[in-house]
Amino acid sequence: MSQTNFEPKIVGFLCNWCSYRAADLAGIARITHAPNVRIVRVMCSGRVDPTFVLKALSLGADGVMIAGCHPGECHYVDQNYKAMRRYHLLKHTLHAMGVEPDRVRLVWASAAEGQQLAEAIDGLVADVKKLGPLGWSQNWEENGERLHALEEIINEHAEAMEVHA
Amino acid sequence: MAEKVGVYVCHCGSNIAGKVNVEEVAKWAGENLQDVAVSRDYKFMCSSLGQKMIEDDIRGEGLTRVVVAACSPHLHEKTFRRACTNAGLNPYLLDMTNIREHCSWVHRDMDSATLKAKSLVSAAVSRVKFQEPLEPTYVDVNPATLVIGGGIAGLQATLELADAGYHVYLVERSPSIGGHMAQFDKTFPTLDCSACILTPKMSEAGQHENVTLLTYSEIESVKGSVGNFEVKVRKKARRVDYDACTGCGICIEKCPRKVVDTEFEAGLGFRKAIYTPFPQAVPRVPVIDADSCIWFQRQKCRACEKLCPTDAIKFDQEDETLTLNVGNIILATGWKPFECRDIPQYGYGRLANVYTSLEFERLCNAAGPTNGKIVLRDGKTEPQSVAIIHCVGSRDVRHNEYCSGICCMASLKFGHLVLEKTKANVYSFYIDMRTNQKGYEEFYQRLLEEGMHFVRGKVSEITDAARMPNEQGKLIIQCEDTLMGRQRRIPVDMVVLMGALEPQSDAKEMGLKCGISCSMQGFFTERHPKLDPVATMTDGIFVAGACQGPKDIPASVAQGAAAAARVQGMITKGKVMVEPVVAKINEEACSGCRICNNICPYNAIEYDAERGVSHIITALCKGCGTCVSACPASVISGAHFSDQQIDAEIEGVLWDVIRPKSAVVSAN
Repeated sequence: MSQTNFEPKIVGFLCNWCSYRAADLAGIARITHAPNVRIVRVMCSGRVDPTFVLKALSLGADGVMIAGCHPGECHYVDQNYKAMRRYHLLKHTLHAMGVEPDRVRLVWASAAEGQQLAEAIDGLVADVKKLGPLGWSQNWEENGERLHALEEIINEHAEAMEVHA
Repeated sequence: MAEKVGVYVCHCGSNIAGKVNVEEVAKWAGENLQDVAVSRDYKFMCSSLGQKMIEDDIRGEGLTRVVVAACSPHLHEKTFRRACTNAGLNPYLLDMTNIREHCSWVHRDMDSATLKAKSLVSAAVSRVKFQEPLEPTYVDVNPATLVIGGGIAGLQATLELADAGYHVYLVERSPSIGGHMAQFDKTFPTLDCSACILTPKMSEAGQHENVTLLTYSEIESVKGSVGNFEVKVRKKARRVDYDACTGCGICIEKCPRKVVDTEFEAGLGFRKAIYTPFPQAVPRVPVIDADSCIWFQRQKCRACEKLCPTDAIKFDQEDETLTLNVGNIILATGWKPFECRDIPQYGYGRLANVYTSLEFERLCNAAGPTNGKIVLRDGKTEPQSVAIIHCVGSRDVRHNEYCSGICCMASLKFGHLVLEKTKANVYSFYIDMRTNQKGYEEFYQRLLEEGMHFVRGKVSEITDAARMPNEQGKLIIQCEDTLMGRQRRIPVDMVVLMGALEPQSDAKEMGLKCGISCSMQGFFTERHPKLDPVATMTDGIFVAGACQGPKDIPASVAQGAAAAARVQGMITKGKVMVEPVVAKINEEACSGCRICNNICPYNAIEYDAERGVSHIITALCKGCGTCVSACPASVISGAHFSDQQIDAEIEGVLWDVIRPKSAVVSAN
């Protein structure tokens, strides 16, 4: 694949109170930044289920940004710490899966930090550009056998996996 | 379930249309996105005509979902929700996506901005289909209010509310209300006596039928939410019967134990072991300081008990915890002075005649330890020269980056008082002179005319090591005069350090108790720095005075009154809307693992041991969604931000990369 015109697709999970407003502020102050991050609003960075990140990457995103209030400034007291814990665990998981952990980044941006958020977006875009496309979905298609094998396992253990009330 | 989605793309004049090809986005959405029944663009969607367009389509086309691609939902989500409601559609079936602040205003290239706008619209369309109709709940507002902090800001808020006929609990940590203002002598720029304008307010609050004064008390915990807070207050043991005491003061007079008063007199004067901080204290009921009282230290004395005419002394009194039920809370916890010892080169604590600004206030005060005479530490020598150092701990990256706002004016006030009371020369060492309120600049001009000397430059050192004969026995100010462009050494007798205003050391803890956040410096964060400086991110909690940021008396009073007005608005309305964005546990599927229990910062998740499941107390849930993402069985659903909705949004936002794959899937 030609790397020269690679424009990464990045999904950004921004918390409603600080980072989303930081992005709003970046807009109001006309702080230009890379258009690659597409923003999904969540109430709190603590709402970001690691599976959201994995889902985004598996669907074809090249990177993911999670942004929340600064530690100690969370609108929901301290839920951004929970986001932070999950983030570090997720980085380990990504590494184990063979995905460069640098594709996922946790950023703190208060509602007043439009400039900082814009810089963080540019930074992540630049880094993901260096890493190149992730191409998870393509790679997955190539390994159709693996999917088949997984299905077999599920079928084999269907009885054991049944949840009894 | 074929939903009929209406997509409305706003031009916002040229704000969006200048960088995003709005027509193309609307046309593309109508042709390519599933279930889109109507897709239109319009000059100003938020105008009444734009809203009418949406309303007409909901009625005429039978739309079941609406997507508006325009500005930030923080700006106009309410507008469009109202339009939906008007047309009979549940307002929570709307999704707003931000193609202005997050797109047209921040991207240079039209093509990439248009592509991003398409992604955002695609995400909204796929998410909105999973949105569910929600009904906001309404709760009654308890008309009682809690004001935390009895300084001038808290007092103002208390009196405004009490005068309006509502009950107020005023909780103050120290034995008397009044705050820092009670320590001051004069107030700038009018030089009216601080006590003369403050004490009437204090006694009014003390006697007001609508005010319950809880001095010498601390906030233990705050539970509940807007409209119905339950606050636990610990009344520290005064060891004086509040109701029996008449405030005659005999106990104070007769108490044999004298200690240095580090609180009110800033260490310059003495108080007794049983004391009121100052003569005009409200309430007049004294407290016994167990750490210095002879009875508590050596089981001797009890002079106060023997002499009290009303038998009000109760040595065995203990702390008492009260539970208050209030609808709103105003935080006015104020500030603390910067610890000047943290700048050792200024010599505070080492060089006797270096004072803090609060010490100097007490020195100037006619009711202070020297009866208002400005003298050196020896208690008799009048200084020949006084230096006032600005920005001690403010505007300094090593301590506090912010400007404390009031120190320039306070320095001018000090300068005036020194010139008025002594024959001393006064030097002001400033970085920039900031006098930007009504009457302040005029006061600065007045001091220039009165002969105060101004040296522009940051002081590097204050020392008693003389180099020249005229420096003997003096304090030498070493400073670069940036207007003259050279170093100067100015010998003086007395130095006043204008320390920064800092947040209270336990401001963060208080913030946690109330569920509000602090800035990096520790000042409470307001909802909006310009448009909502009184409310906080937590409904029903308001801030006033220096706890929100350094401010002078007029600004504190204004903010106190503003907070009271906001609370009155809440009380008059009687009910508050609670956003239905809350989490819910499917109890049938809950395994009772209790992982969610500890994750909730509001203790909104309760474990029902009998049934072995957890359930959410909706009134306490604030809807952050952390439990939703933590549940290993995925049986907690977050209204308006469900897994399904966010998954759909992720799929939608990546429409251009997953399209080939989804084509394959649908072919199967």
